[in-house]
Amino acid sequence: MFSETILLSLREIRRNLMRSSLTILGIVIGVAAVITMVTLGRGATAQVASDIAKLGTNLLQVRPGQDRRGPGGTHSTGDMFKAKDAEAIAQEIFGLSAVAPIASQTIQSIYGNENWSTTVTGSTNAYLKVSNWLLESGRQFTEGELRSGKAVCILGTTVRNKLFGGQNPIGATIRLGKLSCNVIGVLNSKGQSSFGTDRDDFVLIPLRMLQRRITGNPDVSRILVSAQDGVSTRKVEQDIEQLMRERRHISPGKDDDFHVRDMQELISTMTGTTRVLTGLLGAVAAVSLLVGGIGIMNIMLVSVTERTREIGIRLAIGALERDVLMQFLVEAVVLSSFGGVIGVLLGIAAAAIGATVLAVPFVFDPVIIVIAFVFSAAVGVVFGYFPARQAGQMDPIEALRYE
Amino acid sequence: MKATTSTQTGKHCLIELKGVNKVYGKGPAAMHALQGIDLRIGQGEFVAVMGPSGSGKSTCMNILGCLDTPSSGVFLFEGIDVGKLSRDQRALLRRHYLGFVFQGFNLLNRTSALENVELPLIYRGMPAGERRVRALQALEAVGLTGWETHTPGELSGGQQQRVAIARAIVTNPKVLLADEPTGNLDSARSREIMDVLAAFNSERGITIAMVTHDADIAVYAKRIIRFFDGSIDSEEEKPGFA
Repeated sequence: MFSETILLSLREIRRNLMRSSLTILGIVIGVAAVITMVTLGRGATAQVASDIAKLGTNLLQVRPGQDRRGPGGTHSTGDMFKAKDAEAIAQEIFGLSAVAPIASQTIQSIYGNENWSTTVTGSTNAYLKVSNWLLESGRQFTEGELRSGKAVCILGTTVRNKLFGGQNPIGATIRLGKLSCNVIGVLNSKGQSSFGTDRDDFVLIPLRMLQRRITGNPDVSRILVSAQDGVSTRKVEQDIEQLMRERRHISPGKDDDFHVRDMQELISTMTGTTRVLTGLLGAVAAVSLLVGGIGIMNIMLVSVTERTREIGIRLAIGALERDVLMQFLVEAVVLSSFGGVIGVLLGIAAAAIGATVLAVPFVFDPVIIVIAFVFSAAVGVVFGYFPARQAGQMDPIEALRYE
Repeated sequence: MKATTSTQTGKHCLIELKGVNKVYGKGPAAMHALQGIDLRIGQGEFVAVMGPSGSGKSTCMNILGCLDTPSSGVFLFEGIDVGKLSRDQRALLRRHYLGFVFQGFNLLNRTSALENVELPLIYRGMPAGERRVRALQALEAVGLTGWETHTPGELSGGQQQRVAIARAIVTNPKVLLADEPTGNLDSARSREIMDVLAAFNSERGITIAMVTHDADIAVYAKRIIRFFDGSIDSEEEKPGFA
């Protein structure tokens, strides 16, 4: 009996092929949109995670302020660190390969007629080590330059390109704001990060120079720490927390006014953003599924009216209310399931193309496909029920008289 | 739904209406379609219901067909009080005991003759193979062998009505209810259809209740009941039929 109903609905759909196709278009678009959005979103998430992992999983970041989950890691409270804090970490904690104190400011860089607004990062050579920067040409800072805060700088390739074009910048003097600064090195390019920011757009100068001559205060906004291979980052994290509590005189029982994050946490924080975004996009796409459902209801109501006489015949020869209800409900579900299948295929294709265009990995997730399909079938049930019930509850006498 | 036997008339009484009224609407605007109808139809009868338009004959047929229920009074089908049955129970009664033939044929469009005939068997849950055999037999019985795959649009009016008759008798119903079965057909086609119906009545013993306003058609019945203004005006028993 049930297979009869399915066959019947297939035949009915085929009879009104044009109308059926238009009806399911809403579902097709909805499902395709959900799958495309979610697949691309997951691809972006994977991209972010792998980008961060490339920095090395033994990297830790210490920032002032309480740990608030979310992108950017807000630091509203807590005093800034000083260079001494980084030195203390380097000296007292076992198993570290490099510790880089970092402060930065946005500033105008000028050379000849060219000028470019960029980020000036004050740090030490350790910054190159923890962030895996390699020199394309030139040299690192010397101990003397770092200690005295000499006006020397290492350029990211973007700044080099903007100011010097194809020229060799080594030995040239550029201006950072009002300061003159001697270029001693150029970094290798890292290109765009997965957030679309240009990682090469910065100038590295000695921390002390930044503090004394640009920001005018001894603050360090964050400290990057890299642990030696084989050393537990968990242990290092605890040691740093312990040390910083002592140095910042936090009495036992009080919360930290700083936080230490290892890369795993950073990955989950950063991917959290794209995950939320993915969910949001998916939800928006799901709305179009809902609209598609209303389209199905609309057409099913028309179909029920058109087939009033048929319904009357069926009821007269002994169909129960639920037989007729099932017939129309199955038809709605078959329609929406068709839409679901086509939408899934379309969505996978669109996601594959989109992944290539956006240069994110194509993450094929069978779960979302099953969910999208089940959801589309459910849309058929929900929006098909009302018209189907109307069909089932018709008065056979009236229905047979209907012209 | 166990059948009970009534022997009051000496004949097995299949259908019994006792003081049946049917009122449409309420208050002063109420329309009394049927007023105090008493009627008995025995097993194997061929009854024609006649009367002018609005005399209540179609309302009476709807009640006999369990499509409608009396406003008051009792309708017993094989002793079962149909008025007390639910909508679904009446549908089951139609499914298992009744067959319908309508004036407008009421076949499913764009559906082959064979599938139209199979339709009531589907609702009986009969397996496809058996269904097909029965439907083919029914079509053969109405003389439509060779037309099985044709849709109603490809058949003449007379052929369509034969398909409808095949659909009505394929379940071997106890009662066949025909509402103006020849109303849309010319006289030659009408006679053919009536011959088919009369044959089912005499050969298979299927009880037939037929509404018509054509006296030439009514003569095929063994008994003629005339309606007028919602009441039974006269009854006429015939010794036989042509």
